[in-house]
Amino acid sequence: MLSLSHYLIIGAALFCLSVAGIFINRKNVIVLLMCIELMLLAVNMNFIAFSHFNQDIAGQVFVFFILTVAAAESAIGLAILVVLFRNRNSINVEDLDAMKG
Amino acid sequence: MKELCLIIVLAPLVGAVLAGLFGRSIGRAGAHWVTIIGVGISFLLSAHVFQQVVLNDVEPLNTNLYTWLDTGGISFHVGFLIDELTATMMVVVTFVSLMVHVYTIGYMHEDPGYQRFFSYISLFTFSMLMLVMANNFLQLFFGWEAVGLVSYLLIGFWYKKDTAIYANLKAFLVNRVGDFGFLLGIAAVLMVCGSLDYATVFQAAPGLVGKTVSIIDGHEWSLLTLICLLLFVGAMGKSAQVPLHVWLPDSMEGPTPISALIHAATMVTAGIFMVSRMSPLFELTETALSVVLIIGSITAFFMGLLGLVQNDIKRVVAYSTLSQLGYMTVALGASAYSAAMFHLMTHAFFKALLFLAAGSVIIGMHHEQDMRKMGGLRKHMPITWITSLIGSLALIGFPGFAGFFSKDAIIEAVKLSSTPGAQIGYYACLFGVFITALYSFRLYFMVFHGKGRMDHHTEEHLHESPAVVWVPLVALAIPSVVIGAIAIQPMLFGDYFGASIFITEAHAKGLHHMAEHFHGVLPFMLHGMMQPPFWFAMAGVATAWYLYMQAPHLPARIAAALRPLQRILEAKYGFDAFNEMFFAGGARGTGGLLWRFGDVRLIDGLLVNGSARLVGWFSQLLRGVQSGYLYHYAFAMIVGLLALLAVFVHKVIA
Repeated sequence: MLSLSHYLIIGAALFCLSVAGIFINRKNVIVLLMCIELMLLAVNMNFIAFSHFNQDIAGQVFVFFILTVAAAESAIGLAILVVLFRNRNSINVEDLDAMKG
Repeated sequence: MKELCLIIVLAPLVGAVLAGLFGRSIGRAGAHWVTIIGVGISFLLSAHVFQQVVLNDVEPLNTNLYTWLDTGGISFHVGFLIDELTATMMVVVTFVSLMVHVYTIGYMHEDPGYQRFFSYISLFTFSMLMLVMANNFLQLFFGWEAVGLVSYLLIGFWYKKDTAIYANLKAFLVNRVGDFGFLLGIAAVLMVCGSLDYATVFQAAPGLVGKTVSIIDGHEWSLLTLICLLLFVGAMGKSAQVPLHVWLPDSMEGPTPISALIHAATMVTAGIFMVSRMSPLFELTETALSVVLIIGSITAFFMGLLGLVQNDIKRVVAYSTLSQLGYMTVALGASAYSAAMFHLMTHAFFKALLFLAAGSVIIGMHHEQDMRKMGGLRKHMPITWITSLIGSLALIGFPGFAGFFSKDAIIEAVKLSSTPGAQIGYYACLFGVFITALYSFRLYFMVFHGKGRMDHHTEEHLHESPAVVWVPLVALAIPSVVIGAIAIQPMLFGDYFGASIFITEAHAKGLHHMAEHFHGVLPFMLHGMMQPPFWFAMAGVATAWYLYMQAPHLPARIAAALRPLQRILEAKYGFDAFNEMFFAGGARGTGGLLWRFGDVRLIDGLLVNGSARLVGWFSQLLRGVQSGYLYHYAFAMIVGLLALLAVFVHKVIA
């Protein structure tokens, strides 16, 4: 029988994967966006697991909201990405150091 | 009388302020009128006070006018003490000052700083009066510093002249050294007596005998001796005693009227006056008196010698002033305060006369001061010639002239004195007489006799100076002749000074002995003619006459034969060189060291630039952190989050 901790481990694993993806990835901004999505999914996984084991529907309702926001966010993110590519002709993360003081 | 004294002091101040601040609007004539009227009022009222206090024996005035500060149980007052000593000084100061004011009209009439000059000399008169009329140490110190300040301003009056600036700085610095000692002395008095009032301090003085103080652990010093020596250091600075004499010859860079007023007749006598005023303290300590005497003898003799090798007419008179101040100091050391004051008075007249006469010569010579370029002026400037002769005779102590009485009195008093070192003082004074006569008449013969050595153009324009110049000369020549004969009886042997000068019985023996043998002015003169000082003076005159009139080639040969001695004299015993090297050089060296090491290295290098460089280095490190890559920032956030979490969890568990 699967217990709560199994789900939580999966969630943590997904989260770590996405964090690692954000840091290790040096090439592609799209991968960055995907990693952020994955991070949200890891959170969703936790919500659902807790919702099921606590018999509380609120967690699942929350997941819907998060999915909606995530979809909107990735849409905006991709739009920004398109504009970025048009301006700089690159989506290489190494090139994006405009935040340097 | 109190109001009178106030007017005496303030009249010159008003003149000085008017001439100084409103000089432009009142004009040149206005400037000399306000100051002369101010000093004139001062002189007339001083004469009145003199008559009251000295001749009519009115009770001396000792009063506080104004309390400046009242703190910690000590009050600082402004007040007057008008006794015989003060009254004498007041008359001398205001009279000489008045003469100099009048003379200045002639001497400075082409100078652009005319009003400023009058303002300064009036300010000087005010300061000097504050000094002599003080009834407490603080006011004395105020006057003391004020005359120093005016002296500084006046020596550097021609402020575009480099040598004048150098000289006034030197005068100021050397006086600072003396004043520091003086201030320490005053502080010691305040510490011991708890008051700065003369009367209180003098009353407490006998109780201090035998008290000691240890400044360095294990060395007990007599308190009174220490105080007196410190005060005397101040006197050494103002009255130009060895080794603080170096400023006086250089002060000749100023205009001649102030050389006469400040550096001959009044300011330099402040030290003598102060020691006389402090006689109740000095009398109680043999050591201090002995030091005073020795310093005085050194000054009297050795500074006179320097006068022999000077060629600048004013410098000869300046060294003569040093030497005469030495005489006065010797008299102080021998407890003959009245003789010192007597000589101070006669000297004020004849030295002012000599200086003003030298100034008159300088005017005639178109501001040429080198005696080697003068000669034969007798024919062209008869009044200057006669008055100079009178001044010189008074200076060398020719019987009948003022200097004779005072100088003879000093030599006699030193001879009879029992102060340790009096023997040295006696011989220094005796040989000093010869030297005095020699350099005085060297000057006299070189300037007024012989063939003219000036160029043709100057010779054609030689003429007697205007009346404003020669009238003061005559006015000063009269007291230079008669004042000695008039004043010797009351001043030295009478009860002239009353309670203003205190002499212990043991020290008064010499003067008593002199008084017993004094039978009037004429016998004193006859007696003086049989004494060694007279013959020494005559020998000096004869030597000068022979060397500079009969055989003018001889001095150069003598100088060549005594080359090393000549060199020492020309180097002024190396005091200047030593000060230049040791004090000035040392200060410059220390300054340079502090500048190079302390300022450039430590402050600029380490503190200022160092801290900037530290910040730069640190930010260089930090700059690497700010890469601009998003993932670096996110990573930092995560690490931070983890760290916070760890702390939080750790706390929860604990």
